[in-house]
Amino acid sequence: MAISALLDGLRQALSLILERDPALLEIVRLTFEVSGVALFFSSLIGIPLGAFLGMRRFRGRRLVISALYTGMGFPPVVIGLLVYMLLSRTGPLGQIDGDHIPRLFTPAAMMLAQTIISFPLVAGFTMAAVMGVEPHLRQQIQALGATPMQTAWAVLVEARIGVIVSIIAGFGSIISEVGAVMLVGGNIVGRTRVLTTAIVLETRKGNFDLASALGIILLGLSFMVNATMMLMQGKSFDQ
Amino acid sequence: MSQPVYRLDNVIKRYDLREVLHVDALEVHAGEILALVGPSGSGKSTCLRLLNFLEAPTSGTIRFDGRNYGSNGSVPLDVRRRVTTVFQRPLLLNRSVQANVAYGLRLRRAPDTRARVEDALSRVGLLGLARQKGSTLSGGEAQRVALARAMALETDVLLLDEPTANLDPYNVGVIEEIIRELNVERATTMVLVTHNVFQARRLAHRVGLLLDGELVEVADVERFFAAPTDPRTLAFARGEMVY
Ligand SMILES: Nc1ncnc2c1ncn2[C@@H]1O[C@H](COP(=O)(O)OP(=O)(O)O)[C@@H](O)[C@H]1O
Ligand SMILES: [Mg+2]
Repeated sequence: MAISALLDGLRQALSLILERDPALLEIVRLTFEVSGVALFFSSLIGIPLGAFLGMRRFRGRRLVISALYTGMGFPPVVIGLLVYMLLSRTGPLGQIDGDHIPRLFTPAAMMLAQTIISFPLVAGFTMAAVMGVEPHLRQQIQALGATPMQTAWAVLVEARIGVIVSIIAGFGSIISEVGAVMLVGGNIVGRTRVLTTAIVLETRKGNFDLASALGIILLGLSFMVNATMMLMQGKSFDQ
Repeated sequence: MSQPVYRLDNVIKRYDLREVLHVDALEVHAGEILALVGPSGSGKSTCLRLLNFLEAPTSGTIRFDGRNYGSNGSVPLDVRRRVTTVFQRPLLLNRSVQANVAYGLRLRRAPDTRARVEDALSRVGLLGLARQKGSTLSGGEAQRVALARAMALETDVLLLDEPTANLDPYNVGVIEEIIRELNVERATTMVLVTHNVFQARRLAHRVGLLLDGELVEVADVERFFAAPTDPRTLAFARGEMVY
């Protein structure tokens, strides 16, 4: 049964894609919008944070790194719960009026949760990559006339493969995540339904064909995104 | 006589509590080649890091071009950019040779970057390797690229840290010739660190000896070798010092 459901799923996945099923397209679009925006912000926070932790020595650095490592392995559903409490009507952010505060059961709330889930991974992997760059190189870059910012940038460019890997790891942690987006998004059709929550729903309803079709699409899209990042990185991976 | 480029007074550098450099007084004159000799671990590289403002002295003053840059206070970028170093163990960026040589020029948004990169690379005889990756070079080639990337910047001061250590005689000759050329053509002020007294004798106008972090003596090259005041200088110059 399981195998035949998978085969049917593959067939159905193909026909859904070929038919350009509007409900499916909306789910795929939202999946990428939510995870794309979250990945943008987690890179914006995670890459500079990782670079800073990798290059600077300061009091409390070990503590910050321990916190970061904890964040890298934090159960996403717990982050979902925290964001839920933060944004609920009685929560600290939920009480505040303002257009820029994300509301529960909106894509913005999902983006917030996914950013929190993925930025420690981006920061942690970036830090490791930066620490792998020969420390004396920094001094030599400075001697050529670089400012501290220019030096940090040059080191990130040296560590570029690791930085790309950090982004891929961040992406992997959220594109396939279901617990947090289910909690804070609510899996509302046409509004907050993404591929993972749709898979859960269809499985519960016993629509194994559709569920596997969605799973195959998720797998394929995630592979395509990673392959594209590798291509963008060009020949660096072959060195 | 014109104002010295550098003037160091009572400069001390400590790491943790260990004193690794102690210079009571030292001047570097405009346009000269000053060689710093001394056994390994005597503080030569540390001295160059201070002169390039990469580290601040623990105490004392370093005057550059008449201005005081002591143990506190940062050195402005435009001052830092008047000095550069060719390091003992040069590290190149993981980019092409020409990108490595262009790097410092791009930081400065210098005009004619291309022409200057080509000029520097042809001087060190590596124009043919311009597009090759920095990581694929041999030791002698990497050392010459490091010299090219420093010399392309046309800084007032060029600090050279054992620029020919571990090189074959051919490359030693090439690099020494370029050092001489730059000093004559551009009047670049140079501090050349070497543990090789013969090289100091071939290239320098004045020579200073560092022993255990202490600047023992500085003198004109003839005097340094013929009639030094300190017996330790005599021993070192004759190669009698065991280290
Ligand atoms: N960053 C540092 N921290 C601690 N000790 C250092 C550091 N850099 C150099 N030293 C020490 O200072 C002394 C002088 O080193 P260095 O200037 O590299 O000597 P040289 O270039 O003459 O061989 C050595 O004993 C070295 O171990
Ligand atoms: Mg040294």
